[in-house]
Parts: sequence; structure tokens; C-alpha cells
Amino acid sequence: MSRIGVAFDKARADGRALLVGCMPAGFPTVEGSIAAMTAMVDAGVDVIEVEIPYSDPVMDGPVIQRASDIALAGGVRTADTMRIIEAVAATGAPVVTMTYWNPVERYGVDVFARDLASAGGTGLITPDLIPDEADEWLAASDAHGLDRTFLVSPSSTDARLAMTVGHCRGFVYATAVMGVTGARARTSDAAPTLVSRARAVTDLPIGVGLGVGTGAQAGTVAGYADGVIVGSALVRCVLDAPTEAEGLAALRTLSAELAEGVRNPTR
Amino acid sequence: MSADALAPVAGPQPDSAGHFGRFGGRFVPEALVAALDELDGAWRTAIADESFRAEFGALLRDYAGTPSLLYEARRFSAKVGARVLLKREDLNHTGAHKVRNVLGQALLTKRMGKTRVIAETGAGQHGVATATAAALFDLECVVYMGQVDTERQALNVARMRMLGATVVPVTNGSRTLKDAMNEAMRDWVANVDETHYLIGTAAGPHPFPAMVRDFVRGIGDEARQQCLDLTGGLPDAVTACVGGGSNALGIFHAFVGDEAVRLYGFEAGGDGVDTGRHAASITGGSAGVLHGTRTFVLQDADGQTLESHSISAGLDYPGVGPEHAWLHDTGRASYLPVTDDEAMAAFELLCRTEGIIPAIESAHALAGTVALAPKLAAELGREPTIVVNLSGRGDKDVHTAGDYFGILDKER
Repeated sequence: MSRIGVAFDKARADGRALLVGCMPAGFPTVEGSIAAMTAMVDAGVDVIEVEIPYSDPVMDGPVIQRASDIALAGGVRTADTMRIIEAVAATGAPVVTMTYWNPVERYGVDVFARDLASAGGTGLITPDLIPDEADEWLAASDAHGLDRTFLVSPSSTDARLAMTVGHCRGFVYATAVMGVTGARARTSDAAPTLVSRARAVTDLPIGVGLGVGTGAQAGTVAGYADGVIVGSALVRCVLDAPTEAEGLAALRTLSAELAEGVRNPTR
Repeated sequence: MSADALAPVAGPQPDSAGHFGRFGGRFVPEALVAALDELDGAWRTAIADESFRAEFGALLRDYAGTPSLLYEARRFSAKVGARVLLKREDLNHTGAHKVRNVLGQALLTKRMGKTRVIAETGAGQHGVATATAAALFDLECVVYMGQVDTERQALNVARMRMLGATVVPVTNGSRTLKDAMNEAMRDWVANVDETHYLIGTAAGPHPFPAMVRDFVRGIGDEARQQCLDLTGGLPDAVTACVGGGSNALGIFHAFVGDEAVRLYGFEAGGDGVDTGRHAASITGGSAGVLHGTRTFVLQDADGQTLESHSISAGLDYPGVGPEHAWLHDTGRASYLPVTDDEAMAAFELLCRTEGIIPAIESAHALAGTVALAPKLAAELGREPTIVVNLSGRGDKDVHTAGDYFGILDKER
């Protein structure tokens, strides 16, 4: 079983959901992003999702796009991401990577998988790569023992849902809402239905992302999902802070609140 | 002729998943797959349906004003050294070939029972066409436009608003067409139930490239027949400008099976491809994935999209439709860059010889033709016949061109 699978099992045994926190690599700087992700782990985030910044992130909302733009303007490269993953993996927390497909294809699919595995990454979430186009990635992830997480959506048909989770390894990413990343005032009504539809066709753990930003919302999602994935709200802590130290402090506070949330599911 | 604009023809098609060789396909969030499947089904059903084809044909004829003329530009020809025939898409309603595509997609939107269309636009021509069709079909219309483009194409922004559309200036990234397209995709992911994303060129995820081509391919069907009627034969070459590439595919498609007819796509070379300031995705880019499809893309070593540059907002896009990438791969069509200066020289030449002000996009096709004519003449040993797709008129570009030539009165 993959490291993510073990982490999900352990959380399940403790009667709670797993908290996944996302941060773009190289935001605000390479060292700054390592500090931010380490702070998240220290404050109780179970799994770190390292997003490779991309110039055209169509699945992301304005907060993550701004952070990605800052990282890219600072000159972060895909190779730096590997270094960041290595540093974060050294904390002991499992690290998953999220990226749009073009940077992977440009790096070289097999070389990317090899470097990701050797940096200690557990696998990859691909927001714009569906299994239909993923032959090369299926082969590379098999060859290098990496998990692969495809997204399922409220609009997925039953047939696509079954096909997509059939290609997943590690965990499944259920997008809670029709829309892009970004914290929302209330959590989705569509998500519980989507999770139960996915459960009917897979034993893999199911993480829910998009729209979660507070401890209470994390608790709600933890009531029906195995994992709660938070991005924009955490990124905003760093983005809005006047100084790096204040950003890290805000990040710790929110991480702790979210970690508390996943331990107190609302059922 | 236009009543049969969708009749099936032999020729290159994508496979059922939308691949043109190694290009095309779908690189999109799963949330959009259901909508793309719905669109694919609706499009295939519609073009097989006589009543849809008749309705589309009648709209093209009675509303858009097609078939557009094939005009022999004698004074321009004399300067160029070729027999130049202009496919006058600039005479269509809204002033460009784009009206064909939007009428087709607006009809599909109705058939799918959707009530809202969104679009992205660079020069504003597609935005105007979409706002026009939305008004005609009583659809809500939102147009995303890079903030930079709203400034350089203020006249078209006003047109869209007059037609009842909401124009949203996009302030992300490079604030041009590529970012407008990202923003439209985001809107679509969030509102896909009632919204159709009316993509303006033969790019994006399957089925857009094939569907848009089919809606505009009447350009080539008409031009081919008109050329036969006028000259008694087929042309030696067909030329068009290529940004996303819909006008070029539209005119190429009917000639792809005519091996003797050479096809030339002229890309926006900006300051020159070697300067890095250009929008020539095939000449100066590499294979990659952008906006839902695999194609040629301007990108850096890490796969980050590079900013494009062209004097023509309509060609200022760092990608190209996947069928062009495939036509380039197979060698069936040739793609060459034209610089801003070359395009503007041809722009002026057409104005002065024919009394026609072309869109700056189309001026790239004219400039390419000027360069091509002597080479083709030398090779063939006679004056060549060249059909040029004059894809749009230049009203929207008068300010840009006036600036370029320094002929605007500064005092107001």
C-alpha cells in the first residue's frame, strides 16, 4: 500500500479524516514555500500537496493564480519543485504533487516520474489530465511506483466515475463544486452525493476539495469524506500577510483550526 | 451553395476522441467532460439533420450575406505579379468570417436548451459576432477580453455593449487573449449547466476544433467553386492568416484533397521570430498542451506559456488549432511567419490599389502572398493564381493602423 494509503488507514482507525493542505511551490520564494509547508505540518496538516506553479491554471481561482504568478515571477523552475518536495518529505509528512499537464510533458513524463519518486513524492494529482489521455502517465507512474489521482466531478456520469476511479491509485479527488478553487461561504450540497457515488465503485479513500476554508467547513466535509483538501484559504494567509513571519503565524493558526475540524466531524 | 455548407466531404477528420495525429484531444478538468460530450453529440446529430443544415444555410444566406464574393484584385495583382483572387469574408455581416461559426454554435446552443453563451475575444471580432448571434437568438452573453485588448479595441467593446453583451476585462496574466480564454474556461466550469462556451477559433478541447472547422468550411467550398467558375481551374495556392486558425482551416478544408493546390498559413511574426517577440506558434513554438488541446505552443523550457506579440490583437495568441499542427506535421500545408512591418506594408498596398481596408489579421495573408508570388511564378514558369482569404475588414484596426502610419491627428 502506498504511503498515502497508510496515512488514510491510520486516520480512519483514529476515527477522523485526513487533512491535506496545498501550497504552490516557490511561493513566495523557494525557501519561503518550504518554511510555509513545514509550518503547516507542524500545526497538524497530515499531507502536503505541492502545486507546481503554471502560467495558465484554469482549474484554480484568483488566489492560487496570484500565488503561482508570484512564484513564476520569482523564477521558480520545475527542478526547484523537486527540491521543495524533498525538503518537505523530510518532515515525515507524505507529499503529493499537483500539476497541470504541460509542465510534466515538457519535463519528460518518465523523467518527471523518476525525479518525483526519488524526491520522495508519493504521487501526482492531475487537474487537466483525464485517464482518456493519460497512457504515458499510467505507464510512468507504474514504472516508478507513484500514486495517481484523477478528479471526479458532480457532472461525471456513472460510467466515467467508474472508469476514472479505476485508474486512480492512492486516493480519489472529488471536486465538491462545479467551479474553480477558492474558499466559499458554505460547503457544497453536491459533494456528499458525489462521495457516496464514488464509494459505490471504489475502496480507495476519497478526498474532497474546492471551497473549504474554515475549521467548521472541514468538520462538515470530514463527516462524509476520508480526506479534506484545503488550498486557497491557506495560500491567502501568506498572500495577505504584511510580513513573512505574520504569514507563517496565520498559516499555523488556520492549519491548527482545520486540523481540529477534521477531528470533530459533523455527521 | 451555403444551404449545403455542412454536407459531409472526404478529407482529414479527427478520430472519435478528437485527435489529429499526435495533436488535439481533451486536456480539461473532468467537470467539463460531460459538457464536451453533450456538445459532441449535439453537433454530430445536428450536422446529420437536414433541418439543422437548412436553417444554418438560410441564416448564412439571408443574415450573414454569404456566399461572400470572390473578387479578382487586378491592381493589387499587377503590383504582386500573381493573379490574386480575394475571398471577401470582410463583406459578411459583422465584418469577418467569424459570423459563420457563431451562427452555427448559437443554433447548437438553442438545440441544447442552454440560455447563456460566453466567449473570449482578442481583437473583438469574435466578441462582436457572438454578441450579434446572442441578440438574434435571445441568449444572455458575456464576453471575456484581456484588459490590454479592451484598450486597443475600444470600438469593438462599444459594439458588443450596444448589442447587449457584458464585456469583462481580464486583468490576470498577460491581460490578452490567452488570459481571456482561461477566464472563460473558469466561467464555463462553474456554469456549465446553462452556459455554452462559444469558442471563436478551431482550437480548444474536442469537439471544438472539428466543429468550428465544419461551421466555417463553407468559405473554402464557396471559394473553390467560385474559382472554377471564374478561371476554369483551381488556384495554384490558397493563403490565409493563422492565429488560432479558423479562417485558414475554413478556406483550406475544401482544397486539402486537391494535391496540386498549395496551402499556406501565415503566422504573426511580430518583430521577427528570432527576436522572441512574435505569435508564430508553429514556426517558433513547440508541441505542448494549452487550453485543452495538444498543439504547437509558445513555451519556455519548463512548459510555461510565453507571452505572444503581434500588432494584430486577433493573432496575438500563443497557440494554434490542433488541425493546423497536424497539417504542418504531414506537410500538407506550409506555415511561414510575416512580421508586423510586412503586414502593414501589405495593408497599405491593398488600401491604395483596391480601396479595401483589410483587417490587420488578413494583411498578414496579403503580405505572405506578396512574398510568395515571385517564388511561385519562378517555380511554375508562369503567373500563378492565388486565392487569399480576406478574413475580415479593417474598421476595428483603423486606430492601430493610424498610429502605425502616424496619420492620426493628435489634437482632439
